[in-house]
Amino acid sequence: MRDELEKLRRQALAELDGAARSEDLHAVRTKYLGRKGLLTAFLRRLGEIKDEERPALGKLTNDIKQELSARVDEALRRLSAEGRHEALLAEKIDVTLPGRGLKYGRLHPVTQTSREICDIFMALGFTTAEGPEVELDYYNFEALNIPKDHPARDMQDTLYVSDNVLLRTHTSPVQVRVMEKTPPPVRIISPGKVYRRDSDVSHTPMFHQVEGLLVDRGVSLGDLKGVLTYFVHQMFGPQTALRFRPSFFPFTEPSAEVDIQCVMCGGTGCRVCGQSGWLEILGSGMVDPAVFNAVGYDQEEYTGFAFGLGVERIAMLKYGISDIRLFYENDQRFLEQF
Amino acid sequence: MLVSLRWLRDYVNIDLDPHDLAEKLTMAGLEVDEIKEVRPEFSGVVTAKILGLKPHPDADKLSLCEVTDGKEVFPVVCGARNMRVGDVVALAKVGASLPGGYTIKSSKIRGELSEGMLCSEEELGIGPDATGVMILPPELPLGEDLTKALDLADLVLDIAVTPNRSDCLSIIGVAREVAAITGKKLCYPDIKVEETGEDIREVTSVDILDPELCPRYAARVVKDVRIGPSPWWMRQRLEAVGLRPISNVVDVTNFVMMEFGQPLHAFDFNFLEEGRIVVRGAEEGEVFVSLDGKERVLKRGTLMICDGVKPVAIAGIMGGLNSEIQDDTETVLLESAYFNPTSIRRSARLLGMSTDAAFRFERMIDPEGVLRALDRAAQLVSLTAGGRICKGFIDNYPRKLPVVKDIPLRVSRVKTVLGAAVPGREIGKILKNLEMTVTKDGKDFLVTPPTFRVDVSREIDLIEEVARIRGYDGIPESVPPAGPRKDLKDRKKVLGEKVIAFMNGYGYSEVINYSFTTPTSADILGLRGDDGGWGFVRIKNPLTEDQSVMRVTLVYGLLETMKKNINNGSFDLKLFEKGKVFIPKAGDVELPRESERLGALLTGSRYDQLWHSKGVQVDFYDVKGCLENLLAMLRIENVRFAPSADVEFLHPGRACRVLIDGKEAGIVGEVHPDVLERMDMKRRAMVFEVDLDLLADRFTEGVVFKEIKKFPAVYRDVAFLVGADMEAEKLMDLAKAGEEELLEKIEVFDVYRGEKVPKDMKSIALRFTYRSDERTLTDEEVARVHGGIVQRILSATGARVRGE
Repeated sequence: MRDELEKLRRQALAELDGAARSEDLHAVRTKYLGRKGLLTAFLRRLGEIKDEERPALGKLTNDIKQELSARVDEALRRLSAEGRHEALLAEKIDVTLPGRGLKYGRLHPVTQTSREICDIFMALGFTTAEGPEVELDYYNFEALNIPKDHPARDMQDTLYVSDNVLLRTHTSPVQVRVMEKTPPPVRIISPGKVYRRDSDVSHTPMFHQVEGLLVDRGVSLGDLKGVLTYFVHQMFGPQTALRFRPSFFPFTEPSAEVDIQCVMCGGTGCRVCGQSGWLEILGSGMVDPAVFNAVGYDQEEYTGFAFGLGVERIAMLKYGISDIRLFYENDQRFLEQF
Repeated sequence: MLVSLRWLRDYVNIDLDPHDLAEKLTMAGLEVDEIKEVRPEFSGVVTAKILGLKPHPDADKLSLCEVTDGKEVFPVVCGARNMRVGDVVALAKVGASLPGGYTIKSSKIRGELSEGMLCSEEELGIGPDATGVMILPPELPLGEDLTKALDLADLVLDIAVTPNRSDCLSIIGVAREVAAITGKKLCYPDIKVEETGEDIREVTSVDILDPELCPRYAARVVKDVRIGPSPWWMRQRLEAVGLRPISNVVDVTNFVMMEFGQPLHAFDFNFLEEGRIVVRGAEEGEVFVSLDGKERVLKRGTLMICDGVKPVAIAGIMGGLNSEIQDDTETVLLESAYFNPTSIRRSARLLGMSTDAAFRFERMIDPEGVLRALDRAAQLVSLTAGGRICKGFIDNYPRKLPVVKDIPLRVSRVKTVLGAAVPGREIGKILKNLEMTVTKDGKDFLVTPPTFRVDVSREIDLIEEVARIRGYDGIPESVPPAGPRKDLKDRKKVLGEKVIAFMNGYGYSEVINYSFTTPTSADILGLRGDDGGWGFVRIKNPLTEDQSVMRVTLVYGLLETMKKNINNGSFDLKLFEKGKVFIPKAGDVELPRESERLGALLTGSRYDQLWHSKGVQVDFYDVKGCLENLLAMLRIENVRFAPSADVEFLHPGRACRVLIDGKEAGIVGEVHPDVLERMDMKRRAMVFEVDLDLLADRFTEGVVFKEIKKFPAVYRDVAFLVGADMEAEKLMDLAKAGEEELLEKIEVFDVYRGEKVPKDMKSIALRFTYRSDERTLTDEEVARVHGGIVQRILSATGARVRGE
């Protein structure tokens, strides 16, 4: 009996090895393990065997059944995995074709630059403030110590709506409006559009400025230098050399222009910096007492500084753009680059 | 302001390299824009001596010269006659080039060899004299380059003088700065007037009829002058600073203006009727011919210099043709005056004349420098044109100008403003070097500025001078402690940032258009104003007509941007702009209303023109979807898109007004084909524009979390067969009208028109979602509610359920 069983096992395993397709495997399973299978039949014959041999033979038969079943399952699993793979390969696509997707929108380079500038000052606690673009002569000029018929008005060629109403030439009127409403201390920046009657490669009749104002007790020219140096180092990198040069603005005194080492040539002199090695990027100064007077601040108790910079100018340096008019052509081929 | 280094050195000793000087001036507030080299246009011309001279054998008018440069002897044929043996002359050697591109070659002139050319001033381009060869000072070394020998090269600094520093609109003014910065002494020219003529009071008089506009007028008379070219040194200096030499007397007035900053005028006295000067305002419409030959129609109020009868100059701006210095002028009246700066500025603007004189007067000249400049001019006229200076001068000074005296300057205040302590001694020294009178007042000072410093009248002005001369470099940097920001919750700012981020994420790129536009934009958009015309905020002095009004909508700019891009071959555009429009305000309000808007434009393909999405064009629902999503993102509720056929620039059948709580917040739609046609565009475009100020009031930032629904939803789909012009919204509104609690959501999942439905009908398929928060719904419950809703729709609209 035992030998017979052993023979049956070898025979089944040999047949399994020869089975290549799942049908063959199933056939093997049916032949040995099915209800009418050879091993099943063998089990039924156990009754004919002597009592003392029966448990051992029963166990052996079951072991063989289990082994065979496991081998068939395993072979089937292997076959099925191979089949899946084949099937998936048949679904192959060209993955080198470009993907489907919506293009992301771009932010205008002037907006990006203005944000970058504002973020630097906001880190120092400056709050943004806004004001009208069509402005009263009073806020744009007179309150800023620029009376009518003053030669300083030549510094900014103005677009007028009427004798008293104009397109603001700088965002400085926001300073005055804020100071009129708010007692010191004041710490604001005002980004926005400004307008001048000027148009060429380096001027557009509309452009953007960011202006800042800090008024408090004991604010000094040293503070102005510190804050603007921080700005330049954040904006252009900590190695950028800068210099403060005396200048004139009617609403600040002393006034300073801030030049940075030319970002194109590193200060050796090039076309962009007019061979000087320096680029003018900021106007600034200590708020003139006349301005404090106009807004009713105590000019003995408080001092302050103000600064203003042209966003396009900074953007041109940042991106290497040489014609300012490109900003307002809104050519998709330009916008897409930012 | 051009400053010749040669001229500058007449008044101050400069041992700095010119570039270092420019740097120092720049860092003291006189920004040097450029350093230009001025040199004559010739090369290869040297000093040479005439050794021999004999007539040309074959030509009466030519001479044969033997000339040496100290090393060689050259034969030169020359047509001039003014030279003698032993004269030192300018020899253009073979190979030399002269102005006009003329090159000297070795040649035979009427059979005689000529190796070079003896030059006149005119031929060298350094003076007007063409009568003979230039005879040079005999002591010059031979063979030396003429530019070097005569010191003809000069460096000119182009200084950007700020409007407050009128005192630096002169060579002496700049020299004074140089002296103060470098610690050198300033040397004024030695002014001596030798009066050899009769008493001026017997010759002329000056009457000032408008002392407000002419506070001071001084004059001198020089008789028997001989008009001719000015001396070389004067011409050289004038030319270096960009002034064209004219004649000795005229050049003197320009020279003194550049030297001291006081504009002067010289009249031919014989043309002054009644031999006197009257200063008065012009009559309205009076016609006057200025020196440049142009006819000027004057306005009342323009100050005129007149003789006894007629105007002879526009005060402070330009002289008249009728009294100009001529070749045969014999008697000259020199004017040195102080005119009211505002008046000069207004007149110059009205007349559209910007002259060197007006530029200085309107920036305010030194009222106390009038006589000094007058004397200097008289001295130089007599030096260069001879003549006799009349005894005395006229100085009519009816309005004495206020003089600033004893400005208190606190040493402590210097420290407060600058953030750096400056020792009192140093402060005093700096101010004294600037010619200020400084007296001690305890620890502090009392300072009287010189009269030419019209910009200094307050303590702060003095502090600026101290900072400027010391240099800003010496002031230590400090960063004031940061204060708290107050704008973190500013609704407009928060909204602006959200909106921009949203539009970018939605694939729209930002554009920035000019805030001004063309008035024809109203016609192109078909805008109808209340009174038939369209009210824009207008610019009085626009650069161009198409930038002459402030925009009232962002749409026109977006359409123009679309057009430009289409012309450049970019057809698929998704653009947005965030910016203000300007609505004119009626009544007493001075400023227009500024409204912050968000505008968007969509045209072309919905996706990239790629293999997977060919040619799907955008339509109304793309742009509407964007706006719906934007409003949803902002959690703005109670939004309604109301069909509107009357938005002028939108397609009447494809446009909505956007209502929020019933209030108009914007528009969305397809651009009217007529508008596009008027702009020469054939493509379709979708736009929206919304009022951001209104959205800023409405958007919600806070979120209240709702539990996620636990029980399953039940869906019911119904296709309604309705009239072709039935709006889907009507069905939706009816569905919601009963406010059934179980109805969670309705969506339109299909709209069909075509063969499968009757003509003039369409099918709108709605999906109803039912759900309860408390239990799983039974079919019976849903059927009851759903049946009621469908019935309500059917009976209100007369629709049929498709397939029933």
